[in-house]
Amino acid sequence: MNQTRKHDDQLINSVIRITGYSSILFVLLILFFLLREGLPALASTPLKTLFSIRWYPIEGYFGILPLILGSILVTVVATLIALPFGIGAAVYLSEVAPPWIRDILKPIIEILAGIPSVVLGFIGILVFVPFIRKFLDIPTGLTAFTGAILLGLISIPTIVSVAEDALNTVPNSYRQASLALGATRWQTIWDVTLPAAKSGVLTAVMLGIGRSMGETMAVMMVTGNAATMPVHLNSLFAPIRTMTATIASEMGEVAAGSQHYQVLFLIGIVLFLLSLVINIFASLVSTKSRQRSERLLS
Amino acid sequence: MRVPNVNGDIMKEFIIKNLSLRYSDDNESLRNISLEIESKAITVLFGPAGGGKSTFLRVLNRLNDLADVKEMKGEVIFQGQNILDPKTDVIELRRKIGMVFSRPVPLPLSIYDNVAYGLVMAGEKNKQKLDHAVEQALRQSFLWDEVNDRLKDSAYSLSGGQQQRVCLARVLALEPEVVMLDEPTSALDPIATSNIEEMLGELKQQYTIIIAPHNVQQAVRVADYAAFFLMGELIEFGPGKEIFHTPRDKRTSDYITGRYG
Repeated sequence: MNQTRKHDDQLINSVIRITGYSSILFVLLILFFLLREGLPALASTPLKTLFSIRWYPIEGYFGILPLILGSILVTVVATLIALPFGIGAAVYLSEVAPPWIRDILKPIIEILAGIPSVVLGFIGILVFVPFIRKFLDIPTGLTAFTGAILLGLISIPTIVSVAEDALNTVPNSYRQASLALGATRWQTIWDVTLPAAKSGVLTAVMLGIGRSMGETMAVMMVTGNAATMPVHLNSLFAPIRTMTATIASEMGEVAAGSQHYQVLFLIGIVLFLLSLVINIFASLVSTKSRQRSERLLS
Repeated sequence: MRVPNVNGDIMKEFIIKNLSLRYSDDNESLRNISLEIESKAITVLFGPAGGGKSTFLRVLNRLNDLADVKEMKGEVIFQGQNILDPKTDVIELRRKIGMVFSRPVPLPLSIYDNVAYGLVMAGEKNKQKLDHAVEQALRQSFLWDEVNDRLKDSAYSLSGGQQQRVCLARVLALEPEVVMLDEPTSALDPIATSNIEEMLGELKQQYTIIIAPHNVQQAVRVADYAAFFLMGELIEFGPGKEIFHTPRDKRTSDYITGRYG
């Protein structure tokens, strides 16, 4: 009896261990594949070409700078749009809304997070693009700004959902203690609840940024895909091209192993590095605050 | 500022008239409570769990506004005003009526910021005044000597008993009229408990104290006046000595002698 139970335990242990290790293995395999396909680009294409400002692969121009900056521009603006709405909505749901409204809104927002981005891109083309062209009176509505709005909308549900969970885990006793000391509801949210949920809210923001950065289909549909350098103030209202959109639209047409193919994978590596940096930054900030609280609680 | 309700020599801090309260799940409630709470004395609310003591306290500082209250009737007169009036400035009220909870709940801030919190929220920016108020409050809660060299440390670096005294200090920093304590020692060891009880004796010189102790022994030790709550009803109220030595109601004496509860 005891023997079999011990056996079962070992079995389950090793199954769990294998699934855990396999997730690491898969990531390493993806990384390996990316590096194998993309690194040769550094040999076949001079760095000077790679970091030039012209992307026109048919004629041998492989400047990836406009693509990197395009991605960054769209992501940053999308985050600036999504952040206040996302956090605001999370605070409303968790701190202000009566329970019955929360019970209705939360699932709806979580469904929103699951809408395929191509559908949102479709709405973007039909609604946002003409609206922005007319409203700003510019030649085309396919702009970085259109993409940023759409990406903002796409990442808001993620931010709301994760941030709301984080706010919910803040013990009610904090709120009561603060209110009992004569703080207003708003002071309590700003000075107690949000700081207490800081690491969770930050995770929400990082997930939102990750979602914007990696989003492909919707951006491709509304940003115009012109690989120009977004360095002027009005670049925001001109077409741009992101890294993801470039890979998605060109990968199907290149010969495997060609220089163009290698550079596309190199772009993949850059994308990977960027999201890695964001993730490392996020975990640094959240573990920093966690370590502090752990130290204090011990 | 203070409107003294002088009846002979005795001043009433609160006059509660026919207070009834029902939560939407009909759980814990108050039934027709009438009670006058003495100024600058310790009034003890005791009785078995679920009797309405916490609810009663949370009516006095309107913290019950947050709860799912279905129905509330009656009057609570504090400084000549019925505080149940919807027009009452709740923020102002809570600055005058401080509350300490059953578990130490320091805010996730430093010791200093915890104690200064109420004042800062009230808009006090003068650093000197804050420093002074923090020191004063920590002295009153007998904590100054233990923490004055580490005010910037998190309040969670303190022991449970010290945390609870921080919670008391941050209430005192607001210089309230009333200090309410809801089972303030239920999470503390005997030494920390007797520290807090000793402190109450000092504090009543200056503040009106209402406490829901976590057992009868504590009620007996600290009470000037005592109110016995049972299932949302006020069974008996009077000077502590009378209530604990010569209770009039059988239910009170049964509870005190440990027949139930």
